[in-house]
Amino acid sequence: MEQIPILKVGRCLLVSIQIDMHDKLAMALQDDLTQKLVETRARGVLIDISALDLVDSFIGRMLSNIAAMARVLDAQTVVVGMRPQVAITLVELGLTLPGIQTALDVDRGLALISKLMDEPEGDRGARGAH
Amino acid sequence: MVARARSMIPTLLKTHETMVLTSWMKSQVTAGSLRSGQMKEDELKDQSERFLREFVHALESGETNDISGATWSSVRDLLAEVSRSRAAQGFSPSQTATFVFSLKEPVFTLLRDEIKDDAAKLAEEMWTATTLVDKLGLYTTEVYQLRRDDIIKRQAQELLELSTPVVQLWDKILALPLIGTLDSERTQTVMENLLNSIVHSGAEIAIIDITGVPTVDTLVAQHLIKTVSAARLMGADCIISGIRPQIAQTIVHLGLQLDVISKATMADAFALALRRTGQVVNRAQTKPT
Repeated sequence: MEQIPILKVGRCLLVSIQIDMHDKLAMALQDDLTQKLVETRARGVLIDISALDLVDSFIGRMLSNIAAMARVLDAQTVVVGMRPQVAITLVELGLTLPGIQTALDVDRGLALISKLMDEPEGDRGARGAH
Repeated sequence: MVARARSMIPTLLKTHETMVLTSWMKSQVTAGSLRSGQMKEDELKDQSERFLREFVHALESGETNDISGATWSSVRDLLAEVSRSRAAQGFSPSQTATFVFSLKEPVFTLLRDEIKDDAAKLAEEMWTATTLVDKLGLYTTEVYQLRRDDIIKRQAQELLELSTPVVQLWDKILALPLIGTLDSERTQTVMENLLNSIVHSGAEIAIIDITGVPTVDTLVAQHLIKTVSAARLMGADCIISGIRPQIAQTIVHLGLQLDVISKATMADAFALALRRTGQVVNRAQTKPT
């Protein structure tokens, strides 16, 4: 069965989604990711969706779920590389992914995560300007 | 009813071509086709000559009822060309249609002179001629209208593109000055332009300036929020600037939640954007702080 690789880069985990997601794969990813987060004690999760040209409400919810799970495990989630068409579709669907931080590319995502990790504990999880 | 007896019109027109052409030209000139100076007499003459030739040619086939058939295709093409060029030259619809309608007078005169003694025949030929010319005239108007529609569509498209520029203000900072009312279609264009520019320039902050937006109602606010949300999904923050006092009041009275950072002027927004991206602009000869 196909699997989405989870790579550890510094203090955070890098997940690059390059194939079409379906229910099973999403569940497996959530399992793997939470497992890895606990194992590696990573403080950030970077999800790269630049290869996806179709994001529906299902994947939108999956992203929100992953962000919420990571938050419980004290890690920040940043979604990077969303394509313009995908962003427009999500907004038209009414999915604005509240609670998820976003960045343009992996580079900026990493910078954002390290900035978030350096913030004092109390500010964690509050969605705001970066 | 007409096609039963073969019409005499083509034969008559052929024999009296020069005369018909001269009197047709005359009636066109008096009708004012040349008055406004958009067109030279030579051009008009050339068009008339070609039309008359094709007209006779099509008539000879005997098909006098239906001008949508293959026999009339060259006449239609010529008329389409004429009315298209006239639409582009700025002729009015009636001036364009007059090109064909003014043919009636010389043709009727000709028929009257030639078939003086047979009233029934004369009436029949008159009828043939008048229905044909009417049809052709209407066709001209139709083509003219289509051409104008094309022009209007193209202009609307141009307006759409012109009115949504995305400007790179500084490194990582984009500005989007909106002018005119935001409807769904424009929002779509604005959004696409903005998001593509964000990808290309790697911008982190987009300033949406709504100084040129005349009114902000719930729908416009909705569109603004959509744009802001889409930009946020791409990892860029938006600042809305240029909210005029009346608009600020309207927003509050309508109870709209914009949920975005907003600044009164573009300058304030730019200052904030610079601060956010960690950039400083200094006066020359002043020590950087």
